[in-house]
Amino acid sequence: MLLSTRGLSKQFAGLRAVEGVDFDLPKGEIHALIGPNGAGKTTLVGMISGRIAPTAGRVLFDGQDITRLPAHRRMRLGMAYTFQITSVFARLSVAENVALAARRRAHGGQVNAVIDEVLERVGLPDRKDQEAGDLAYGHQRLLEIAMGIAQRPRLLILDEPTQGLAEGEIEGFKILIRDLAQEATILLIEHNMHVVMELAGRITVMNFGAVLAEGTPEQIRASREVQAAYLGGTSDAAAG
Amino acid sequence: MRVYGLHAGLIALLLALHFVLPAYHHGNLARVMVLASYAMGYNLLFGYTGLLSLGHALFFAAGMYGMGLGVQHLGLSPAPALLAGLGAGAVVSAGLAALALRTGGVAFMIVTLMFAQAGYLTVLYFGAYTRGDEGFVIQQAQRMLWGIDLSDPGNRYLAALILFGCCLMLSLWLVRAPFGRVLVAIRENEERVRMLGYDVFAHKFAAMVISGTMAGAAGAAYGLLFGYAGATFASVQYSIFPLLWVLLGGAGTVLGPFIGTLFMFYLIDLSSGITTAYMLIAGVALVLLTLFAPQGLMGEVRRRLWRGLP
Amino acid sequence: MDLGPYLVLATLEGAVTAAVLALTAVGLSLVFGVMRVVNIAHGEFFMLGAVIAWAIAQAVAGYPAVGFALALVAAPLIVGALAVAADMTILKRLEYDPERTIVATIGLLYIIQQLTLMGYGPDARPVTPPFNTRLAIPWFEKGADGWALIWPWGLGTTSYKLAVIGAAVVILCAVWALMARTRIGLVMRATQADREMALAFGIPVERVYALVFGLGAGLAALAAVLIVPIQQAHYLMGADPLLLSFIVVIIGGLGSLPGTVVAAVLIGLSDGIISVFFSPTLAKILATLLVGLVLVFRPQGLFGGRGA
Repeated sequence: MLLSTRGLSKQFAGLRAVEGVDFDLPKGEIHALIGPNGAGKTTLVGMISGRIAPTAGRVLFDGQDITRLPAHRRMRLGMAYTFQITSVFARLSVAENVALAARRRAHGGQVNAVIDEVLERVGLPDRKDQEAGDLAYGHQRLLEIAMGIAQRPRLLILDEPTQGLAEGEIEGFKILIRDLAQEATILLIEHNMHVVMELAGRITVMNFGAVLAEGTPEQIRASREVQAAYLGGTSDAAAG
Repeated sequence: MRVYGLHAGLIALLLALHFVLPAYHHGNLARVMVLASYAMGYNLLFGYTGLLSLGHALFFAAGMYGMGLGVQHLGLSPAPALLAGLGAGAVVSAGLAALALRTGGVAFMIVTLMFAQAGYLTVLYFGAYTRGDEGFVIQQAQRMLWGIDLSDPGNRYLAALILFGCCLMLSLWLVRAPFGRVLVAIRENEERVRMLGYDVFAHKFAAMVISGTMAGAAGAAYGLLFGYAGATFASVQYSIFPLLWVLLGGAGTVLGPFIGTLFMFYLIDLSSGITTAYMLIAGVALVLLTLFAPQGLMGEVRRRLWRGLP
Repeated sequence: MDLGPYLVLATLEGAVTAAVLALTAVGLSLVFGVMRVVNIAHGEFFMLGAVIAWAIAQAVAGYPAVGFALALVAAPLIVGALAVAADMTILKRLEYDPERTIVATIGLLYIIQQLTLMGYGPDARPVTPPFNTRLAIPWFEKGADGWALIWPWGLGTTSYKLAVIGAAVVILCAVWALMARTRIGLVMRATQADREMALAFGIPVERVYALVFGLGAGLAALAAVLIVPIQQAHYLMGADPLLLSFIVVIIGGLGSLPGTVVAAVLIGLSDGIISVFFSPTLAKILATLLVGLVLVFRPQGLFGGRGA
C-alpha cells in the first residue's frame, strides 16, 4: 500500500465532517473519490496531505506513520497536492511557478530542463514567460497540474481538477492523467462522472463523512446503495 | 549581467560623488546610505516576504546599543563593538521572530509594535546605562577603527558606502537566489508554498533574522559613524521610517529603499526650513502613498519600463 | 500614610482612569469589531477632543461651567465629523484592506498630531473644571482607646472626579442601549457579523462604516473632554490612551463591549495600584509585553476572524 488511513476522523466544532475512514490506496492506481457536496472528501484529503489535523486516527504513507508530520514534510516524502480553487502564483511567471515546484528535487541547471519538460507535457510550452495570472482559466488549471508533476510525486492528489474546464480541455486532461499514471499513483476528487468512470481503476464513494462504497467503476455503477444515496439523489451531479 | 551592472553602477556613482559633493550634501549622503541599509533590511521582510513589521526600531536600536554600550561600558574597540551590535540585532530579531511569526497579518503588526515599544521603554528604564532620551556621545577617541578615524567626514562617507554596498549586493544576490524566490512566493501565496513542500516558518524565520541583522548592522554603524546613541532611535518613529522609505521607493525592489530614503531625507530636510513639525511630511506621504502609489517609485519603473527589475 | 488609605486613594484614582479608558477603548473596539480596521490614529482623536475642549473653554473664558458643557457636546461632534471625513476620503478608497488601513492611520496620526503642534503649540494647557469641591475620606485606626475615625491628610478626592466616573457609566450605558436596542445598532451588528450578507440585505455598509468610525472617534474625544480638567491638553497626549486602549481591547476580546469594559476597569484599577509599587515605566513595559504575548499565544480568541 502506498497510502492507508485507519479510523481517520475530523470534527469541526462538534460537527462530524469525517468519521472513522479506513482507506487503502495501492501503488500505481488511479483512484477516484466521489460523493455529494459536504460528504467530507476535501476534509479527508486535507488530513491525508496535512492541511487539516485529524481529531482521531492515523495516516500511513509508504508504511510510515505520517499522522503528526506537517504538510511540507509530507510533500517532501513524495506527495503533491493541487488545489480545488486555482492557486497559482498569479504575479509570477509561468516558468517561475514551475521552478518553485521543481526546486524541491532539482537543482541548478536541472530546474530549467524540468520546466521545459513539464510545460511541454501539459501543453503550455509557449507560455513560459507570461504572468500566471494572465493565463486563461483552463491554462491556469493545467499550470497547477504542471506544478504537481514538477514535484515528481509518488502520490498526486488532484482536488476537482476539471472544474470549469471546457469539453475539449477535459479530453486533453484525460490523456494527460493516463500518461501520468505510468509514474505516479493518483488520487482524484472529481464531480464529473464521465471523467471518473473513464479514468479511475477504483472508486470510493463518500457520504455523510463516511465511506459508503468502494469498488471498480462497474461495481459502483451497479450498486443500489450508491444509486439511492448519491446518483439517484443528485442527478445533476451524476451527469456532471 | 545588466542587473548587476546597474547596481554596481550605483555604487560607483556614489563613490564618484565622494570627490565632488559639497560638504553639506556629502554628510547627508553618508547618513542616507546608512539609513538606506536599514531600509534594505526592512525591505527583505516587508517587500519580499510580505511581512509588515511595525517594530524594526527594536533591531536598529539593538545594533546601536549593542555597539554603543559595548564601547561605553565595556571599553570595546570599534571592530568588536560593531560585531556586538550585529550580534545583538541577530539575537533580538531571532527572539522576536520565534514569537511574532506564530501570528500573521494584523496580529503580526501589533505584536511587533508592542515588543518594540517594550524595547524602547526598556532603554528608558535602564537610563543609568543608556542615559535615556538624552543619549550618550561616542567620543572621537572611541571611534578609531584600525587607526582610521571614523569621525572624519571622508572616512565616514567611505565606511557608509562599504556598508551600503554590502547590503545592496547581499540583497540583490539573496532575492535572485532560490531562497529569495521562495520568500516572494510566500508573500504571494503562503499556503501554496507549504503544499509545494517548503517549510514556510523556517523561511520566514530566516528572512526576519537576516532583516533584523541588517537593521542591527545599520544601527551599529549609525552610532559609530555619527558618534551618538539615544532612545529616539528605539521609538515607534524609527519603526515607521523604514516602512515609509520602502513604500516610497518601492517595496520589493532592491533599489527602492535607497531611492525612498534619499527622497524622504531631502523632503524633510527642505521642509525643516519652514516648519518644526517635519513629521507632518511623513504623515502626508504615508497617506498619499497608500492611496495612490502602493507600488512606490521603483515599482512604477518596474511596471512601466523594466519588468525584470529585481 | 499607611498602606490602607494609600490603596483607597489608588483605587479611586484608578477608577477615574478606568472610566476614561473604558470610553476610549469602547470606541477603538467598535471600529475594529464592525469595520475590522485597526485605527492607530485613535489616540489622536482623543488628543483632538482635549485640545478642542481647551479652545472652547478659552472662547467663553469666565464661565468655566458653560465652556465645559459646550465642549462636552461640540468636541465629540467636531472630532466625529473629522473622522467621518477621513473614512470617506481615505479608508473607503483603500477598501478597508487591513494592512493598508493601518499604514494610512499611522499617516493620519502624524498629520493630526503635527497640525496640532503647528496650530496649538507644544505647551500643556489646563481647562478649569466646572465644579471641584474637595471631599475628604475618613479612615479607621486602632489607637490607644480602640477604633477611631480619623481623616488622614491627603486622603480625598474631588466632586469632579466622582462626576467623571458617573458620566462614563451613563455614556457606556447609552452606547450599550444604542447597540442593543435601536435599529441603527442592529444594522451595525449585522454588518459586523457578515459584511456580504449585510450588503445583500440592502444595508448601506459604507455609510455604516463612516458612522462607526465617527462614533469611535467621538467616544475618544468625549473621554478626553472628561479628563482634560484633571490632566491638561497637550499635542502628544494621545500615545498613552492609544496604548492602553490596545491593551484593553486585546485582553477584553474584540468587538465585545462587556469584555472591553471589564478589561478597562481591570487595567485602570491595576494601573493605579501597580504604579504605587512599580515605576510607571516598568508597569508600561510589563503591559506592552503582556499584550504582545496574549496576541501570540491566544490570537484566535482575541484577534479572531479575518484579522488574524
